[in-house]
Amino acid sequence: MTDLNTSPAAQAKAADYVKAHAAISNEQLLARLHGLFGADTFSDVEEPYGLLTATVSRHRIHEILDVLHGEKELLLNFLTTMCGVHWPERQGEELSVVYQLHSMIHNIRLRLKIFFPIADPVVPTMTDIYATANWMEREAFDFYGIIFTGHPNLIRILNVEDMDYHPMRKEYPLEDGTREDKTDLFFGR
Amino acid sequence: MATNDALTATEHIHHEAAQQQRGVMVTKTEDFGTDLTTLNLGPTHPATHGIFQNILQMDGEKIISGVPTIGYIHRAFEKIAERRPFYQITPLTDRMNYCSSPINNMGWHMTVEKLLGVEVPKRAQYIRVIMMELARIADHLVCNGILGVDTGAFSGFLYLFEERENIYEIYEEVCGSRLTTNMGRVGGMERDLSPVALEKLRTWLKRFPAVMREFQNLFDRNRIFMDRTINVGPITAERALNYGFTGPNLRAAGVDYDVRVMNPYSSYQDFDFEIPVGTNGDTYDRYLVRNEEIWQSLRIINQALENLPEGPYHADAPHYYLPPKQEVYRNMEALIYHFKIIMGEIDAPVGEVYHSVEGGNGELGFYLISDGGRTPYRLHFRRPCYIYYQAYPEMVVGSTLSDAIITLSSMNVIAGELDA
Repeated sequence: MTDLNTSPAAQAKAADYVKAHAAISNEQLLARLHGLFGADTFSDVEEPYGLLTATVSRHRIHEILDVLHGEKELLLNFLTTMCGVHWPERQGEELSVVYQLHSMIHNIRLRLKIFFPIADPVVPTMTDIYATANWMEREAFDFYGIIFTGHPNLIRILNVEDMDYHPMRKEYPLEDGTREDKTDLFFGR
Repeated sequence: MATNDALTATEHIHHEAAQQQRGVMVTKTEDFGTDLTTLNLGPTHPATHGIFQNILQMDGEKIISGVPTIGYIHRAFEKIAERRPFYQITPLTDRMNYCSSPINNMGWHMTVEKLLGVEVPKRAQYIRVIMMELARIADHLVCNGILGVDTGAFSGFLYLFEERENIYEIYEEVCGSRLTTNMGRVGGMERDLSPVALEKLRTWLKRFPAVMREFQNLFDRNRIFMDRTINVGPITAERALNYGFTGPNLRAAGVDYDVRVMNPYSSYQDFDFEIPVGTNGDTYDRYLVRNEEIWQSLRIINQALENLPEGPYHADAPHYYLPPKQEVYRNMEALIYHFKIIMGEIDAPVGEVYHSVEGGNGELGFYLISDGGRTPYRLHFRRPCYIYYQAYPEMVVGSTLSDAIITLSSMNVIAGELDA
């Protein structure tokens, strides 16, 4: 099983391939993204711990992921993970969805975020691009109440069906606030 | 026995209608006065090896659609983690993929170290590699052993479980516990490898290859086993990538993606090993890939043990790494640090980290947002099981119930990781 590619020709071919697909730097990735979608599409561009992160509008996220999925140069076609985040202090953009893409050829990752108001938590689904988005979106719906338009089966996945709130939102404390036996005078709970 | 094409339920119905139009005789169960059967597989069926349910629509013995229901052991780890200091999150990670807890523990520790900027000494990294590879072997042993049981051969499972027990005894020497290990700490290991642990490890390394070979002799070219597994539950590389597969299940489909090689962590770049890949992505390939990974893990352990560097087994990071207990009683700084760490009064820097390790089932990722407090602001676990289990209906539609069972066991779905 492991000896298939040991011939010198195959190895040379593999080496050429690796050279042709040498790692892309974050600058090159960002330049390519700007070329594809326009520089003003991406805001708050930063590189926390080396991972290129940018914020985009929720109206364009579907188009961006769709184009990147078929794009042949970057090959950012693997959706590593996706999750919701709740920021109660941010007025008008309380909810967020974070998409993390990976190019297995260039070994480069990209994190895209969208922010939107909690009163209107509607974002497009990615299930038509990535089959794996199905359960990830159901999880984000279950935890945060984010509505993914076009999702084939947007129901709760981990919590019970008759739950009437979205428990990962910050207003729901982990512990029962009325309990007194667990109060700690000095360190709080 | 072997399935042809995995069809979705609608495609299946269209397919049969098309065959009827072409004049191909299709024997339908309704012709004999019976209806389609709805079969409730799980949540506590012994063949599911964990608590999750599949509602299958069956035509005779053929599956025409499946709906998985999960969440039976959902424990809200992501929510709990938002209230816990970093070191208290390690026991939560134990309970995700409980067949290979040390990988989860150390993946989490490395995530926090990345956030804090703590450099871990080489010896601690090598010890981590040894423990993580032992965990991977234990994980694959369970999966392949159980696959044997589900195909009707119980003895291989028993041989392997003796070896898993020996691995657990090594864990016991290293960290004191067996299944939910809570091994190591942020910054390194909590103790060095003891002479007894090294002794047990060396004895096991001598003993295990013969057992593994015996197991493979029983199964690899076994006619019954091959008939039961070849072309059963296949998935193409393209679909597997679209479904977010990682780990042995993706490699069985022919994609050589391994986090240990692509983004080496904990000194994996120092070791010489290979990534086995399959071709068909079927149950047999998954079985072979896991077996070969066990041999590769053994290679890594042997290299790490041979070249185990001298030096400290933890980072010099007094703010995050607990001082020795004797010091706590005698030394004021140690007492203060001990107190602050235990009470979780150490603030982490503001930051956003993604770190992934190669878990037993694939890329186990930790996405951590820290707002500068004592707990994570948001912690998301990228659990490989959760992501690839959604492909299960697509993989089994069109096959028989017995094939669906072994497809499930060869995917190695661990309920703890599935639900978190």
